[in-house]
Amino acid sequence: MALKSFVFAAGSALALAAGGAWAKDSVTIAMQLEPPHLDPTSAAAQAIDSVVYTNIFEGLTRFMGDGSVVPGLAESWEISEDGTVYTFKLRQGVTFHDGSAMDAEDVKFSLDRARAEDSTNAQKALFDGIASVEAVDPQTVRITLAAPNGSLLFNLAWGDAVIVAPESIEGIKSNPVGTGAYTFQEWVQGDRITLARNPDYWGEQPALASATFKFISDPTAAFAAMMAEDIDAFDNFPAPENLPQFEADPRFQVLVGSTEGETILSINNKLPPFDDIRVRQAVAHAIDRQAIIDGAMFGYGTPIGTHFAPHHPAYKDLTGMSAHDPEQAKALLAEAGFPEGFETTLHLPPPSYARRGGEIIAAQLAAVGIKAEIINVEWAQWLESVFNGKSFGLTIVSHTEPMDIGIYARPEYYFQYDSKALQELMNRLTATTGPDSRTALLQDAQEMIAADYVNGYLFQLAKLGVAKAGLQGLWENAPTAAIDLTAVSWAE
Amino acid sequence: MTRNLILGAVLSSLVLLAAAVSFLWTPFDHTAMNIPAKLQTPNAQHWLGTDHFGRDLMSMIMVGARTSIAVALVAVGIGMGAGVPLGLTAAARKGSWLDEVIMRGNDLVFAFPSLVIAILITAVLGAGAINAIIAIGIFNIPVFARITRGAALSLWEREFILAARVAGKNAARISAEHILPNVTNLLIVQGTIQFSLGILAEAGLSYVGLGAQPPTPSWGRMLADAQTMVSFAPHLALVPGTAIILTVLGLNLLGDGLRDWLDPKLRMART
Repeated sequence: MALKSFVFAAGSALALAAGGAWAKDSVTIAMQLEPPHLDPTSAAAQAIDSVVYTNIFEGLTRFMGDGSVVPGLAESWEISEDGTVYTFKLRQGVTFHDGSAMDAEDVKFSLDRARAEDSTNAQKALFDGIASVEAVDPQTVRITLAAPNGSLLFNLAWGDAVIVAPESIEGIKSNPVGTGAYTFQEWVQGDRITLARNPDYWGEQPALASATFKFISDPTAAFAAMMAEDIDAFDNFPAPENLPQFEADPRFQVLVGSTEGETILSINNKLPPFDDIRVRQAVAHAIDRQAIIDGAMFGYGTPIGTHFAPHHPAYKDLTGMSAHDPEQAKALLAEAGFPEGFETTLHLPPPSYARRGGEIIAAQLAAVGIKAEIINVEWAQWLESVFNGKSFGLTIVSHTEPMDIGIYARPEYYFQYDSKALQELMNRLTATTGPDSRTALLQDAQEMIAADYVNGYLFQLAKLGVAKAGLQGLWENAPTAAIDLTAVSWAE
Repeated sequence: MTRNLILGAVLSSLVLLAAAVSFLWTPFDHTAMNIPAKLQTPNAQHWLGTDHFGRDLMSMIMVGARTSIAVALVAVGIGMGAGVPLGLTAAARKGSWLDEVIMRGNDLVFAFPSLVIAILITAVLGAGAINAIIAIGIFNIPVFARITRGAALSLWEREFILAARVAGKNAARISAEHILPNVTNLLIVQGTIQFSLGILAEAGLSYVGLGAQPPTPSWGRMLADAQTMVSFAPHLALVPGTAIILTVLGLNLLGDGLRDWLDPKLRMART
């Protein structure tokens, strides 16, 4: 009897919960990786931006879901004739979550902190060329550049350039205080982070009163959680093979979009025999991109022939330069003095694009005589031995920062490509503001790295979002790592 | 001959046969990918279907059997090779400090959860079939040491051993010439059981990615790869899962059957 009434009670509680779902004003969004901390200005981890970008912290400008850059905390700006002085007019009445006002001094503090000598900002290059930041009056900031920089407004939209307050900077890693539409509530390590609507937000009030970010790293658990409707959405679903099932299920919607993730087979350009361009070219011709996209990503992804996002207007399709041609690859290897091939290592981090893609690439390389020993590594090991230690032959990784072709101008970067011509080209690009000449330079750069066969260019990672049918306003594309909640709501 | 013994012998020899044949012939090249032909269910061409890269599952299972058997066999070899002499020594020097050291050392290894330590060993030495063998082998040592010592102790009380001692044979010779032949039955039975546990352990280690590395097929990794696809391609998990079950079941039945068959008391009762 007791059991029976318990079951009845549980049943009615369930019914209540289900009935209440219509008036839902909260959302639970899962993501695969947990952020190490919550300071977007001192770490490269994408998971930090996913949680805090535009939700907690805002910059002078911001990205929209379609990749455009629009005014953020700066209402408007003026650019001097010669392109070296930017005068930003800040919005009125913006306050931090602790109640203090956001003014020009905070902007100066944030930018000076980010570009300081001892700054730990992961994208310090964004601030290169800023000569000084002045607070003209509480609502006006003047940024003076050493030389014109056509991408300053774009650079300031990054999560690494958000405005922080000197009063709360101490505890930013565990208690972020920003100006955004949501305030930080709670972080249960290993499980979730909760945010609540900021009633004092300067902009339009968001539709949802609260949001929970849940961390689910295991693809099988992700599938189960989504199917059981324990979560309302998955930011970037880790198992592409499961998407057809979500598509076939009327309870869910699948949002396939683009990311800034150029997925590449990175080659250690300093390690013999990869210091020979013919060997790198052979690797490029040994790869069958479509097989990798179909086999590892179940068809999701766009082939790329250079380190550039295909949805960007300046993109140039160079896939033909490294078309799948095992015979040519073998000929190139023979020419380089390796008619029998050679042995190397292939380090694979955990995501399925790397682990599965790596198995396929190892098989494709084996077909032309290159024996790549697969070494599966966790991210920490990958950062230590591959990214920092540079002890690898080949590795697969997705470079998810927007417009990151500039990494090829850094000879110390882990794939160690050192080309004076490209470094010179990138310097010219930074100094160029005209959109047409910028496009031309960007295309030159794309061609240069494709012709040097720096890396094996595989495909542009797709963003595979899964959400419950009624959830709207989520970003379909990922111009930067972000789960922007400000426009998210439940359909009536 | 019991039914168990026959069934066990048949299942075990099927697996051994599959592994042996794979050296000479498999339906397809087990590493050949054919992505357009991926995720096929069993059919006339691919008897057990294909995996997510379009590789032939039958070929992978056959070559995977080789990996499993090799790992488990060498691991049992390590366990016997080190465990049996240790057990014989401990029994011969019963009550001495040597006995204490050996047996407490055994207890120490026994006290650790074997798979967890195996994971630790492979994590330190690096993933791979060789390290999996070492990890599994180490945990086989105390099993054989203990069983040998137990059996040897009771043998040492017997008259024929006393006769050998009177004849002037030293402990080492007695152990080798009289004790060892009389514990062989036990060792064969235990070896079969440990062999099946070794196959399970190898599958477990490769499941977590610490066994044989790709492209060498292994049953455990096939299971792990199948995990996210179970909902729409269940054969990917069923095929290696069934292979593991049948092999372990076969070896256990074989072990049981052998024990009944070799045990003199039971044999006496039967005749």
